[in-house]
Amino acid sequence: MTRTPENPSALSVLDRPNSYIGKTVPRPNLDRLMQGRGLYVSDIELPRMGHVVFLRSPHAHAKIAGIDASAAKRMPGVIAVVTGEELADVISPWVGVLSHLKGLKSAPQSAIAIDRVCWQGEAVAAIVATSRAAAEDAAEHISVAYEELDAVTDMRTALDSTTPVIHPALGDNLAFERNHDAGAVDAAFAGSDEVVEAEFVFGRHTGVTLEPRSAVADWNAAEARLTIYQGTQAPHMVQNIAALHLGLQESQVRVVCKDVGGSFGIKVHIYADEMAIYALSKLLRRPVKFVADRVESFNTDIHARDHRCKGKIGVKRDGTITAFEIDDLTGIGPYSMYPRTSAIEANQVVNLVGGPYVTKNYRARARVVFQNKNVMCQYRAVGHPIACSVTEGLVDLAAMKIGMDPVEIRRRNLIADDAYPCASPSGLRFEQLSHHAALAKLIKMMDYDALRAEQAALRASNIHRGIGIASFIEVTNPSAAFYGVGGAKISSQDGVAVRLDAQGAVICQTSITEQGQGSESLTAQIVGSVLGVSMDRVRVILGDTDNTPYGGGTWASRGAGIGGEAALQAAKALRSNILDVAAAILQSTPSELDIVNNSVVSASDGASRIELNELARVVYFRPDTLPPGIQAELMATRHFVPREYPFAFTNGVQASWLEVDTDTGFVKLLKHWVVEDCGTIINPQLVDEQIRGGVVQGLGAALFEKCEYDERGQLTNANMADYLVPMSGEMPDIDIGHVVSPTLESELGAKGAGEAGTAGAAAAVTNAVNDALSPFGVTITEIPLTPQIILTALGRI
Amino acid sequence: MTPVAISLEVNGERVDAHVLPRLNLADFLREHLKLTGTHVGCEHGVCGACTVRVNGEIVRSCLILAVQAQEGSVETIEGLSDSGEIADLQGAFRDRNALQCGFCTPGMLMAAQDLLTQSPAPDREQIREHLSGNYCRCTGYQAIVDAVETTARVRAGRAP
Repeated sequence: MTRTPENPSALSVLDRPNSYIGKTVPRPNLDRLMQGRGLYVSDIELPRMGHVVFLRSPHAHAKIAGIDASAAKRMPGVIAVVTGEELADVISPWVGVLSHLKGLKSAPQSAIAIDRVCWQGEAVAAIVATSRAAAEDAAEHISVAYEELDAVTDMRTALDSTTPVIHPALGDNLAFERNHDAGAVDAAFAGSDEVVEAEFVFGRHTGVTLEPRSAVADWNAAEARLTIYQGTQAPHMVQNIAALHLGLQESQVRVVCKDVGGSFGIKVHIYADEMAIYALSKLLRRPVKFVADRVESFNTDIHARDHRCKGKIGVKRDGTITAFEIDDLTGIGPYSMYPRTSAIEANQVVNLVGGPYVTKNYRARARVVFQNKNVMCQYRAVGHPIACSVTEGLVDLAAMKIGMDPVEIRRRNLIADDAYPCASPSGLRFEQLSHHAALAKLIKMMDYDALRAEQAALRASNIHRGIGIASFIEVTNPSAAFYGVGGAKISSQDGVAVRLDAQGAVICQTSITEQGQGSESLTAQIVGSVLGVSMDRVRVILGDTDNTPYGGGTWASRGAGIGGEAALQAAKALRSNILDVAAAILQSTPSELDIVNNSVVSASDGASRIELNELARVVYFRPDTLPPGIQAELMATRHFVPREYPFAFTNGVQASWLEVDTDTGFVKLLKHWVVEDCGTIINPQLVDEQIRGGVVQGLGAALFEKCEYDERGQLTNANMADYLVPMSGEMPDIDIGHVVSPTLESELGAKGAGEAGTAGAAAAVTNAVNDALSPFGVTITEIPLTPQIILTALGRI
Repeated sequence: MTPVAISLEVNGERVDAHVLPRLNLADFLREHLKLTGTHVGCEHGVCGACTVRVNGEIVRSCLILAVQAQEGSVETIEGLSDSGEIADLQGAFRDRNALQCGFCTPGMLMAAQDLLTQSPAPDREQIREHLSGNYCRCTGYQAIVDAVETTARVRAGRAP
């Protein structure tokens, strides 16, 4: 709002003739995936490639007294059996902390455990063999002597003086604590007509990417170069970390990321076993491959959302919310993940609670503790579902207490759409949000009054339906404030290089990555629109540190907003270069010319002057015919990072309509609505599908998904049959609407949309279940909302 | 373990191979025949990513052994794509963006084609039910249901 974008252009890309911006066009890479011709890491085979299987700890916490691999080494096909101690010769340990998360501590972690295992599933040895089956056979012949230690599993007692300290050198099991106090919270509660408190409990769950984590590492000793094939969201981050811990220069590491079978934040981290793969390749001087099986995925893919959060809200009779207070506790496993750390989710919860609302009175404490369970870290919509469920749950409880409709209390407290720019009580700066416009649109889409009437009518026949509303804010387009300022070498800027080839087609290299969101499509749409070239002539290259500009990748809803703007600026620069050459060829001036439909045309009447393939022919093969002094530059590179706002906040609101069977405890989702404001929409279909997919991941958390640990730290449902994810038969249709408030930080105006769905879905469902159960005087603040939880609350079991 | 000889037809081509009895069909297709369009998601028959057709019926190729396909006919996503059998279904998936990462897609297309073969005019609930054995973590399923519904309508000669 305070800054005019650089390079203001007379011709906005948003309204150029034949623009693809705002249009639904099919993604360019779909046929490959639909015909089974994709290239996922699990499909990659290299000459002399060894297959790696990890022997993993069956104990949550144990000392390793000895490892005897002699029998395993004699098994057929075995190339090597490598322990943590042996691997430590080629790779150094790491500590997952960042300096801007003050006080965050963690212990050194090794690629393979050396003296001690700290969670069930931590690798204790790697077996490399000529096939995975041979390696698995050999793994059964390794004998490890464990001395079991007490496992710290309950986050609620992790800080008790009687609880063992997992890493004695750290002094206690507290990894991180943040306290925040804004406004006058105590006075606000004292002046409230009602104060409501509740404890919100969130089940630990995980991403369940359909393609398990996989990596192929190929150390070429003759080139002194390591090539890593990995389905990662951040290739340059992997390059940096692999080089750092293997003692290499970044130029000695190439990261190639082809097709990725789902990521959702699971594949934005660097796991100990992946570090081991890089190191094993270097140690053995040959390519090695690791593909996790599903049990390993559940035991080692990061988990998330294991939070217990006490919340408190003050409200006046007229519906004015006076204050929010939270006390959040989360257990992150034995180590803070690397390199993004495991304090970010709790930090986000503190940042986001109360975010949509006017009140300035807000107090928060968040504590992050170590436990002997699998590591927790950032998963899609980091912290958002917790913050949203706590905030929106409290708002509904307050509304119920004073007898106000849940929509009405939101109308009275959401920040006004004309109040921007402004800041939240936790210090977040909002450029332009649209809570009221979004809520109004949602109410219309769902026909709120008619649903309320239907709900009331059905009560008579003992059918209990509920409506749940959840407003939310979403962090997108993160600047260096997210990781860079804390010392992590994770780029917040992205780059795009665009060039015209010798036949007038366009090749575009971008540092953002593709995991199915449509990065290729949005890049081609932007470049095609800005250049005046049809999309079928634009080819996008991504996921290769040797062949793209340096950049962050695709995570935190940043691809379109940051990578898209870099594409826009690069295409503008190339367009200008093309018009310079065209003017020289045509004895005209650039301002008299335009590019439309793959041809340079007269700006005045649109008459074609020279086709781009002819221009390219002249430039590349007959430059001698150009006027003296003209050197064509048919390639341009631009980078972009937001500078004014640390994050481009988006907002939205969701609603759930469901039915609770009070005899069985089953919840049937009938319909779900989302209104979301991600600024400029590049491809409406892709945005809507991102939101739908995100909603369903949130619905999974709301109803099904939970990593069930026993008191000894054993994960008891580490397989797809016992860990439930949403299936098509139980998911509702999801209607989506938009409000458009472009960010002025970029010419494109796009904010992110990848996490909006996940942010609010569980809150909407929980509020709807409580609405359905309101005649029973029951309030549930724990997810997943399993039949057991619901029947217990109803006193039926 | 000693390899045993098997003979079968894969996508219309005769295949003779020696395989270990414990080798499952998914690994045989992927590792021996390099038909990597068949994906392995869970290795215990839940996720549906490895769905292929054996003798006309869809099966989880991670749950049957390669030797069980002896003298049988196996069809994979590569075969269905090359023959053009599901070109319209793939077109509907493209138009509706019914895939994101694409890892579940070959199995999803196999299952959807199976439904459309058995039941020419399924309603949305039947589509959702039939596809419930195929997990998708990206799309939320609605686009897939839409694409299958559209294909059914077009095949029945009705407007999409």
